Amino acid sequence: MFKLLRNLKWIDYLFFCVMVGFIVLQVWVDLKLPDYMKAITNELFNETGTINMGVILANGGYMLACAVGSLGCAVVVHFFTANISSRLSFNLRGKIYNKIQNFSLTEINKFSTASLITRTTNDITQVQMFLSMGLACIIKAPIMAVWAILKILNTSWQWSTATAVAVGTMFLIIFFVVVLALPKFKKIQTLTDNLNRVTRENLTGIRVVRASNAEDFQNEKFEASNNAITKNNLFASRVMGIMGPGINLIMQGMSLAIYWIGAYIVKTSEGVSDMMVFMSYSVQVVMAFMLLIMIFILMPRALVSARRINQVLSTTDSIVSGSFMAESFDGKASVEFKGVSFKYPDADEYVLKDISFVANEGETVAFIGSTGSGKSTLINLIPRLYDATEGEVLIDGVNVKEYNLEALNRKIGYVPQRGVLFSGTVRGNVNFGDNNADEDTIKSAISVAQASNFVSRMTDGLDSAISQGGTNVSGGQKQRLSIARAVARKPEIFIFDDSFSALDYKTDRKLRTALQKHTASVTKFIVAQRIGTIKDADKIIVLDNGNMVGMGTHDQLLKTCGVYQEIALSQLSKEEL
Amino acid sequence: MPPIKISATEKTEKGTFKKSMAKLIRYCKHEWLWFALSILLGAVAVVFQIIGPNKIQDITTKISVAIKFGLPMDIDGITQIALFLVGIYAASVLLSYMQNFITATVTQRVSKNLRLDISKKTNRLPLNYFDTHLHGDVLSRVTNDVDTIGQSLNESVGTLFSSILLFVGVLIMMFVTEWIMALTVIATTILGFGFSVVFMAKSQKYFNQNQKHLAEVNAHIEETYSGHNVVQLFNAKQQTGKEFDSINKKLFNSGWKSQFISGVMQPLMGFVGNFGYVAVCIVGAVLASKRGIEYIGVISAFMIYVRLFSNPLAQIAQCLTRLQSASAASKRVFEYLEAEELPDESDKTLVLGNVKGDVDFQNVVFGYNPNKIIIKDFSASIKAGQKVAIVGPTGAGKTTLVNLLMRFYEVNSGDIKIDGVSVKDIKRENVHALFGMVLQDTWLFEGTIKENLKYNNPAVTDQQVVDACKKVGIDHFIQTLSHGYDTVIDDACNLSAGQKQLLTIARTMIADNPMMILDEATSSVDTRTEVLLQQAMDKVMEGRTSFIIAHRLSTIKNADLILVLKDGDIVEKGNHQELLEKGGFYADLYNSQFEE
Repeated sequence: MFKLLRNLKWIDYLFFCVMVGFIVLQVWVDLKLPDYMKAITNELFNETGTINMGVILANGGYMLACAVGSLGCAVVVHFFTANISSRLSFNLRGKIYNKIQNFSLTEINKFSTASLITRTTNDITQVQMFLSMGLACIIKAPIMAVWAILKILNTSWQWSTATAVAVGTMFLIIFFVVVLALPKFKKIQTLTDNLNRVTRENLTGIRVVRASNAEDFQNEKFEASNNAITKNNLFASRVMGIMGPGINLIMQGMSLAIYWIGAYIVKTSEGVSDMMVFMSYSVQVVMAFMLLIMIFILMPRALVSARRINQVLSTTDSIVSGSFMAESFDGKASVEFKGVSFKYPDADEYVLKDISFVANEGETVAFIGSTGSGKSTLINLIPRLYDATEGEVLIDGVNVKEYNLEALNRKIGYVPQRGVLFSGTVRGNVNFGDNNADEDTIKSAISVAQASNFVSRMTDGLDSAISQGGTNVSGGQKQRLSIARAVARKPEIFIFDDSFSALDYKTDRKLRTALQKHTASVTKFIVAQRIGTIKDADKIIVLDNGNMVGMGTHDQLLKTCGVYQEIALSQLSKEEL
Repeated sequence: MPPIKISATEKTEKGTFKKSMAKLIRYCKHEWLWFALSILLGAVAVVFQIIGPNKIQDITTKISVAIKFGLPMDIDGITQIALFLVGIYAASVLLSYMQNFITATVTQRVSKNLRLDISKKTNRLPLNYFDTHLHGDVLSRVTNDVDTIGQSLNESVGTLFSSILLFVGVLIMMFVTEWIMALTVIATTILGFGFSVVFMAKSQKYFNQNQKHLAEVNAHIEETYSGHNVVQLFNAKQQTGKEFDSINKKLFNSGWKSQFISGVMQPLMGFVGNFGYVAVCIVGAVLASKRGIEYIGVISAFMIYVRLFSNPLAQIAQCLTRLQSASAASKRVFEYLEAEELPDESDKTLVLGNVKGDVDFQNVVFGYNPNKIIIKDFSASIKAGQKVAIVGPTGAGKTTLVNLLMRFYEVNSGDIKIDGVSVKDIKRENVHALFGMVLQDTWLFEGTIKENLKYNNPAVTDQQVVDACKKVGIDHFIQTLSHGYDTVIDDACNLSAGQKQLLTIARTMIADNPMMILDEATSSVDTRTEVLLQQAMDKVMEGRTSFIIAHRLSTIKNADLILVLKDGDIVEKGNHQELLEKGGFYADLYNSQFEE
């Protein structure tokens, strides 16, 4: 938490100091108020039997002034807390966003995308909420408590004892409630997850459930977790139900005690007004303590969030940009893998073992192998989504680690496994990032990607809107637009990470033909499942459990490589080979 | 598949608020006795709360009178009052706790029943509902919406009635005690509240803006994080960063304003209280100077009334906001509970037990949307024991045929007959029992492997489970797991897609249905695993009428009958060899995987 507070700027500290000043002022005013009240009651209860309206009005005026002052201070204090906590969350959100933008896949996988999203949104909101509610309280409550206690300390030890007993009882009640209810609240989270899981299970498997006539079976499972969560909730809310009446009782009991004691110790009319003033101070004391306790109950949640944010911020980037700017941009590049091995950080087993090959300018290199054989990992090493653990990856003879990352990225046209689109327009998605393609380039890229047809059918053509995550186009269309995006970049190297699987055979073939025609000089890396997709590649590399078990053309491999034969046989019949 | 409907952002207008609340109240109907008791308890507690100040006033009057006239303190009288108060306070705590206890119990019970009803409803809804609604949407109805209803009811039902009672009670007590002072209190409170209401109305737009900006920031974050690779490799960090900065800035601006406003509300309420307090003192003093010393007691009573009077008003306002969110949530819950169900079939008595497996499609016409027919006049006659493959491009209606066969959807016209009996004449459960299904999504639930395999079939013996696994060739793998057949399948369990699919095949084998449906069962695995699955499935299909849908044409070459579907019609039928020789659509489709 305190680490996060370092993200405050000098202006926040200035605001903070001013705020503390206003809080002290507010406490002073709040505690001054009973003095005027005392003057009024004194006047009302005086022995002479006549009431001087001037005194009442004057003190009433002061009292009102105090009330206005207190309100004014509160407004100023809230202005500052709202400002400080919002600015902190603004800064944090920006900082964590930028931090994550520079993460490599290693860091992303360490946290998982879903968790990073929660950390940037929900966790920051939690911290902000706590600060906005707690910041003023945490300063005000102790000042209030101490000051109010000082004010009443010398009045009467009997009354002070009554107040102390009230505070003590309150501590006890809250302690009791927290000890009983907190474990249940913690458990509720797990139980909710459980309930969610059973429900989701039923929904995702609805066809299987129906087909197996297993509705009652699922219902029983649901009932079990429903009952568990209800039992738990019930206990927690029954315990929490003590809080309200309990605190009410303390307040009422304390006032009664003060009056009751008053009957024994008050001897003068001065004493009567003392008693009333004591009442209002003691209420302040109890309230201040209650506030403090509440903060300590709310704090753990914010602390957890703060820790989760810090974890992200304190992660060191595993991938650091080099300085080589690669000025020569001739539209061609060669790529070489020299004894490359890779394992995930903290993992024991290698995902890739001693891979070496050369892709000459304009060549097409394809990778094939069963799931988990390391194909995608291998091509991810070229744009440094991961860094090789051993060995080196060279582009035009220079290690990729020495490239300036942006210069490296400019050489590469990357198409992910699943089409990724961003909200905006078709044009914005194809002409994405630092690419400044002209109209013709965009159009020809779309046509190469076999997307002209459906783009022209969209209402606004190139300027048609794409909704968040591209939900308004189909999976195959998304994939084709992702390909167009890579083509429009006019890269030196294409990377297709199993990008053709979502397309039907015909489109797949047409697209590859068009690519070959328009981008002949570009070096291409293709990960694929279908033999048909890669049959005519210049080099096919066969991977099995991270080992390179074969390299060559389709015909060569059919003769020499057992794994390749197996894969081919599973897809094609003997005659077709 | 029919298009997914995404429900528009809901706004609770006044009409829907009343309607949803009415539904919620009707739903809680049989709990009325408990609600009534809870309100009654609250009412009694309120009466005690109002008596309190009156009695305290008696103590102060006694003390000040004694001092003013130099009389001895009436300790006995004061003790008596104090003891009476102790009793009242204790009773009031007891009553309010009982009220809380009852409300908590009832609202938890209502929430539990709502959840259960939703779950049961899920089984009675046509599949169409789930194909057209996002799973997350149904999920959030079960958890978030029901929780919101539960919490809002728990926090508002008791408080709302107590607050109203307290408000009315204090009002009466004030007028009984002294009408001028009563009017003073009312006037100041109305003044204060009027001000806050205007203030709140003015500030509402900041809250709306803040919600909107928060949603924008979240959407942007979700999008760029999910597309992180692309953003990075296309050097788009600056571009997305700039977009983010601008919405983050917007969020900051609306955020601190709305936070500031909501923070100021409480001190404002405090001020209203203080303001009333001063007014009571001044007006009281004026009156006391005219009416004498006994009036002091009235003033001290009103000092408490002022607080008691402004509290319930604030609480009522708070309760109404809470109920607003409860009504929004119950609108969503009841929308689900009231969705149209599958027609009742309890009057159908015909039961198909051991079928041979002849299946006839007769002039089947179907569309998810009546205006858009997907299957046009489909007829086919399949003999018992045949292996039937259905192929065709995406959107040709392959999976739709399965949906109709299983009666997940009902045909628009035409008929499907099994052994000459129309599937419409038997119960849905009966139709389901006739088919075993293996789907592309390998659905397993969190539980042991054995539980998953026996699924909903307690009569199956462990030996049968092991036998089935041996047949599909996964027994060896299961034995190598730490707990064998009792290994729990969950997220942490590293089963590959192929292994999961083998388990679902074993599950289908154990269920031993007379006919089989394999819908893209091997699409999500690599081609080598596919061979293993294919062998396993061949074993399951032995002697059973089977329907196979496949994307990869290699998997269906040995089918007895291949139906080539295009735009909802059969364009060709025959076996692999015949169709290739014909050189039509199928041959074209098949050859396109090799041509260059």
